[in-house]
Amino acid sequence: MESSMLWTGTVPGGATWSHVLKRGTALRMTDVEGSANVAAYFLNFDIPAERFNLPDTLKAQHTARLTKGHVLYSDMGRILCSITEDTVGWHDPLCGFSNNTQVEQKYGKASYQQVRNEWHQNARDGFLVELGKYGMGARDLHATVNFFSKVTVDRAGDLRYSANNSLPGSYVELRAEMNVLVLLNTCQHPLAPGSDYAPRPVELSISRVSPPRTNDPCRMHCSENTRGFMLTELFFL
Amino acid sequence: MATSVLQPSQLLPEDALHSFQVEAGDPFVFQVAKDQIVRIVDLEGNQAVDTLFYNAQDYADRYSAQDTIREQCNVYLTTGTRLISANGNVLLTITADTCGRHDTLGGACSTESNMVRYDLSKGHMHACRQSFMKGILEWGRGLEKRDIASNINFFMNVPITPDGGLTFENGVSDAGKYVELRAEMDVLMVISNCPQLNNPCNGYNPTPVQILIWDTNVQ
Repeated sequence: MESSMLWTGTVPGGATWSHVLKRGTALRMTDVEGSANVAAYFLNFDIPAERFNLPDTLKAQHTARLTKGHVLYSDMGRILCSITEDTVGWHDPLCGFSNNTQVEQKYGKASYQQVRNEWHQNARDGFLVELGKYGMGARDLHATVNFFSKVTVDRAGDLRYSANNSLPGSYVELRAEMNVLVLLNTCQHPLAPGSDYAPRPVELSISRVSPPRTNDPCRMHCSENTRGFMLTELFFL
Repeated sequence: MATSVLQPSQLLPEDALHSFQVEAGDPFVFQVAKDQIVRIVDLEGNQAVDTLFYNAQDYADRYSAQDTIREQCNVYLTTGTRLISANGNVLLTITADTCGRHDTLGGACSTESNMVRYDLSKGHMHACRQSFMKGILEWGRGLEKRDIASNINFFMNVPITPDGGLTFENGVSDAGKYVELRAEMDVLMVISNCPQLNNPCNGYNPTPVQILIWDTNVQ
């Protein structure tokens, strides 16, 4: 895919970041140190009532994990982003994000007053503050994806967190299929073992990319995605 | 945790405070008081009952599938499952279950997702999110589309495989099977009795369900 780099930046561990990712650009997230976790939520910036819908994403593609070739569906049958590159192979769509109670129980309390920017942050508060900047709140926060993390489900339905899913330098790229308000949070995965508060940073870059062609791998992944792209393109007519 | 925990109930239908029949394709909205018991009966078998729950004091604090799954480390719902809200509260607990497995990852069908999943021409077929929207708009009190969050599909079978696959399978329910829940706080229950005709979640034949409500303090 032709691309030209427009911007690069770093998000430290435990932080929240948002950006309106324009149609025709792609966001690459790189796990600098390995074992990062990026909780992510997406809305149609032009009509924010339309937002990421996890069940529609999983059902359409018959999957309970996300990787290259998959797309992220809105609740309106349209595609917010396509996963165009992925060196990890498994991103967790099942487990949601951390909250204040969990972080305090697991890692102990560390307030801003005590430790300044080393304070123990949680993803829910991060998302709510960031959504607030766009005039939205708790009612607008629905299910999210955990990039770089893997949780498997056994035959009985039990969840198992897989350590070391993402190696240093791993990356995943999201191509925006509409103007997408992207919210990211780099707190640890809520099922990550251990009691050390050690959220990892991610590097971000935004590139201009060519629009999906008729033989685009995400479009051709399944007939559902072909129809999803048709409905997304209709939105821009 | 076992895949399913079959647990019949001792409650008698003739002692119920309320009994409602909900036709396929209809919404049903009801506020359940703390400690009341709700039974949902799959009258004819293999009927998906899409259900949303809200903390009745704060609708922003609503049922969350991801929090429920993660806190119990299991993707299926059965006897003993606590239904967790976005703020981490226990809204209800499943106290009896003669079906054994209920889904919370499959979401609710919509006219738009029907177009993606089946055919662009299916966009005019009835769907659960049409019923959810009708139900919450009629209930009023400020509820709107953004409040239609993750739901439970009672009696629906959506197995997840160890390699990360997800499929819609024929139901494991049968005529007369039921699930019972105890409200741990005052909750608003919003049901869409699923009208879907394009997949096996209703056995291609949507049918009515019965809702029974008991008051535990009059037993």
